[in-house]
Order: sequence, then structure tokens, then C-alpha cells
Amino acid sequence: MKLEVDNIQFYYEARKVLDEISFKADEGEFIGLIGPNGSGKTTLLRIIDGILKPIVGSVYIDCRRISELDPREIAREIAVVPQIADLSFDLKVFDIVMMGRYPYLDRISLEREVDEERVRFWMKVTNTLHLAERSIKEISGGERQRVFIARALAQEPKILLLDEPTSNLDICYKIEIMNLLRALVDELKLTIICAIHDLNLAARYSDKIILIKDGRIKSIGKPRDVLTKDNLSEVFKIDAKIEYDMDSKSLIIIPLKTINQKSNNELIFPTLKENILA
Amino acid sequence: MIEGIQGTYETEHGKTGLLERRLLKWRATLTYLTIGLFLTIIAATAIGPVYISPGEIISIISYRIGFRIGEFSETHMRIILQLRLPRILLGVFVGMALSVAGVIMQGLFRNPLAGPYVLGVSSGASLGAALSITLLPSIMGIYTTPIAAFIGGLTAIFLVYNIIKLCGRFTVEALLLAGIAVTYLFSAILSILIWTLNRDAHNILLWIMGGLWGADWLKVEIIAPIIITLILISYIFSKDLNALLLGEETAQSIGVDVKFVERFLPILASLITSAAVSFSGSIGFIGLMMPHIMRMLVGPDHRILIPSSALAGGIFLVWADAAARCLMELPVGVVTALTGTPFFIYLLRRRRP
Repeated sequence: MKLEVDNIQFYYEARKVLDEISFKADEGEFIGLIGPNGSGKTTLLRIIDGILKPIVGSVYIDCRRISELDPREIAREIAVVPQIADLSFDLKVFDIVMMGRYPYLDRISLEREVDEERVRFWMKVTNTLHLAERSIKEISGGERQRVFIARALAQEPKILLLDEPTSNLDICYKIEIMNLLRALVDELKLTIICAIHDLNLAARYSDKIILIKDGRIKSIGKPRDVLTKDNLSEVFKIDAKIEYDMDSKSLIIIPLKTINQKSNNELIFPTLKENILA
Repeated sequence: MIEGIQGTYETEHGKTGLLERRLLKWRATLTYLTIGLFLTIIAATAIGPVYISPGEIISIISYRIGFRIGEFSETHMRIILQLRLPRILLGVFVGMALSVAGVIMQGLFRNPLAGPYVLGVSSGASLGAALSITLLPSIMGIYTTPIAAFIGGLTAIFLVYNIIKLCGRFTVEALLLAGIAVTYLFSAILSILIWTLNRDAHNILLWIMGGLWGADWLKVEIIAPIIITLILISYIFSKDLNALLLGEETAQSIGVDVKFVERFLPILASLITSAAVSFSGSIGFIGLMMPHIMRMLVGPDHRILIPSSALAGGIFLVWADAAARCLMELPVGVVTALTGTPFFIYLLRRRRP
């Protein structure tokens, strides 16, 4: 067992954000984390990485409690690709990926040859080596995301956490990033936990899906067990058609209407319609 | 991309590594800047009402260190060793200090408009100096004002951190805002002081504008070890500052103790600033513009940015002071601001939305 999340509870000030979160993740497992905005996905990822300390419960990696590990030790086990990265200064792609080696270096020593070898390896894997000397500001959104994934991989983690890695990307980059993540799981036996909004991508790429509602796990299991009509209507307030696609061998979710709507054709904002007709 | 990830691992021998190339570049940068600093010291020492040739200056300096090369006159030796050299060296260290403090603040706040004075050190030091000029008799001789200025700077840092404690949550934005508040508070008190006790207004204003007058060896001997030690300490944090360029969350996930770094480094930078400002007055713009120039030249990596900004800051302040000396002893703060403002406007124009 690689990762174990045991009965996590977390509060922001007095507001309970997470409650009774428990699950396990094996090596070579892709876990999709889904849930509405503000359901606690990002908070959960931060707790798994040890950035936030849970009020109750613990996270274990290989049976070691994460709160007892030093941040650099955690950094060698778990890497994160956060939702938004600051881009205030013109950093070179190579230097950004190289920062992933910091957990292996002490305060004043420079990077060694072996660090450059590892960085080159991960840049090749993520298809970013040709960008090495470019500025992060001048490359495309999809390339940038691959660079941040390369940086996380340079930490040589066993567990990779991603927060909405495909939001703001066009459809081609989305598939490219997800294929890359899937390959990391299949071929390098990484454990990936990925918060994701797009239910179709979640259904297609995840081995296991965790559905969170108001800080609690509503459902956990194989995509077809979690992405049910009932769950979607209860958690996301949508009425959806769920089909199985033979070509992609995955579920397809087609949202039809929100459950407050009377019919498919009704406008969401009736006042808008009235105003237009008036 | 999926196929054969395992197979892609091979290193490219025969090609110079990017790391090696970077190291060579860094070495060259530091070598040039160090040579530049030495040439600057020699050249600036030659400038003044009495012309003394660079050759003579070199023989005088080497005589002082213990070698005897070439000829020089006794009077020239006195001018160089007692008047010009201490002032130039004070300029070097103050320039280094302000420039490095600017690099730290800009990196930490990830804001190119931050500078050494964001925590209100400058207004605190000015108030301290003004109080000593108007109220205190010179208890400690000519060192009364520098000591009072240093205490003023520390008071500002102390106040800023207590305001944040009072508000509960520590963020760099809160730090920035508290710094602005303290700056205005101290400026207001300073204005009252100048308003009510206008007999010393001229002296206070002169101090605030910043200058390297009245430099002597003792001042250099006090300030040099403090500033060098503090710069070396800040160098230890250069990787942390690099990681912070990618945002707090990423930095933390790489293993940086963000909480500690964000609390400690502003204090460190402000201490460096206080030490410099207490002997020279609040010289403006170096701490803002040197980090920018050097970032354009050497890139944003703090491991090269900190030492190269230190050297360049020293070089720049010495030349600004040389210009000030030639222009009827203008306060050097005026010269740096006059050259700094056009540069600042240029920067603002260059910033893309």
C-alpha cells in the first residue's frame, strides 16, 4: 500500500471543509478526484502533500505518517502540479525543471551532473527538451503545463498530485496531457491523484474515482460505479445521459439539463427570455 | 508519446551541458564585475578637486597594504587615505547593501516594484535621525545620528510585524500593506518634527536626501562586516527565493519552509537596509533599479543575482557619488533618483499587461 488517507477532518476557521475522508491508493493507480466547485478537492490535495495539517486524521506513505516527515523528505515522495503557477519573472524552462532537484541538494551546493541527466530524462518524457532554453512566458499553455509536470517529475516522486491540469487548455492539449499522465501510471507505476472538472476525461482515464460533496466522500470506486445518474443529479444537480462508448472504451456523460429546469429547451434564466420578448 | 517511455533514457554526451554553460557564464559575470569594482574604486579615487593619477593611487594603496611600488607625495597620500578612500568604500558597502535588500524584497514579494524600504525602514531611520538631530545632544559624538537612525529602522520592522500579529493572518500582502502604513505614520511624525522645530530642518532634510559625507575608516570598519555577513546569510536562501518565483504552493511542495522564509527574509533585508541607511541616509532608487538591471543581464536565478547585484550596486553608488562630488556636493540620493526616475518610467513602459 503506497498511500493511505485515514479519516481526515479539516476546518478553515470555524467552517468544516473536509470530514471523514478515508481512502487508499496503490502504486500504478490513477485516481480522479471530482466534485463541484468548493467541495474540498484542492484542500484535500494540500493535506495529502503535507502543506496543510488536518485537525483529525493522518496521511501515511508506506506506513509512515506524513506529519512526522521533513518537507524535503515529503518532496522526494510526493510532487504537486498546482492549479495556477505564478509567472511574475522570466524564468527559463530548464531552470524551472531543475528546481525539481532542490529536494536532493543542500542549501548552497549547485546542481550536479546527475541532476542534469535526470532533468533531461524527464524533459524528454514530457516532450519539453526542445524548449529548454526558452522563457516560460513565451511558450503555449499546453507546453507550460508539460513543463510544470516535468518539474514535478524531476523530484522523482512516487505519488503525483495534480489540481485541474487540463483546465484552460484546448482539446488537443487536454488529451495530450492526460495521455502523458496515463503513461506515467502504466509504465512507471506512479500513483496519480488528479482533481478534474471534466467528467468525461475523469471517466476515461481514471482507474478509480472519488466523488466529493461538501467535504465528504459521496462515492468511491470504478468510474461506472461512481458516475451514475443518481450521483450526478445529487452532487452536480444535473440530469445526464450516460452511455458506454466502444471506441474509447469508456463512459460518456452528456449533461442534458440542470435538475431545476423543466425541459431541455427551457431557457435557464426565464427573466432573460421575458426581457428579450418585451 | 506513450510508447517506450522507458526506452528514452539516454544522455547526450559530447554536447556541453546546460549546467556547465551556466556555470561558465556565472563565473565570467562575477569576474567582470569584480574587476569593474576595483577599477571603479581606483578611478573614483582619482576624481576630486586635486587630481591624483591612478598610478599614484595604486602605489599609495599598495603602500598602505604593505608593498612599496612607485613614488607618491605625502599630501596626496593623506587626501587618498583619509578623505577619498573611506568615502568610496562606504559607498561600495552601502550600494551593495541596498541592492541586495532590493533583490530579496522583489523576489519575496514577487513584485518588481518592491524595494529595500517596503517595511518602512527608510522613514523609521529618517525619524530616528531627525529626533537625534533635534532633541539629543551628541551623547555618542558623531555616531549619535547613525545609532538613532539604526534604532529607528528596527522600530519600523518591529512595528510592522506587530501590526500583522494584531491582524492575525500572515501573508506577504499584509506585510506590504503594514509597511506602507508604518511609512506614512513615521513620515507624518517627521513632518510634525520639521514643522515645529524648524531650526534643524535643513540638517534633517540633508540627512534624508542621503549622502556619503563624513565617511571615515571607523564607519567603514563598522559597516563592512555587518553588511558582508548579512549578504552571505541571505545568499544561503537563494534557492528558496528561486522556488518562491513559482508561487508559495510549489515552493512548499519542493521542500521550502515557506512560512519561515517569508517571515525571516524581510527582517534580514530590512536589517541590511538599516545598517546601510544609518550611515548614509535613505539613498533612493538603487534598491529598486539595480535588481532590475541585473535581472535583465544575468537572469532571475538568485544564486547569481544576489552576488552580481551586490557588486553592481557598489559600482553604481560609487559613480553616483563621484558625480555628486563634482556637482557642488549634491546629496548622492539626488543623483541616484535623477538617473533612476527615467529608468523607472522606461520599466513601466516595458511592462506588458
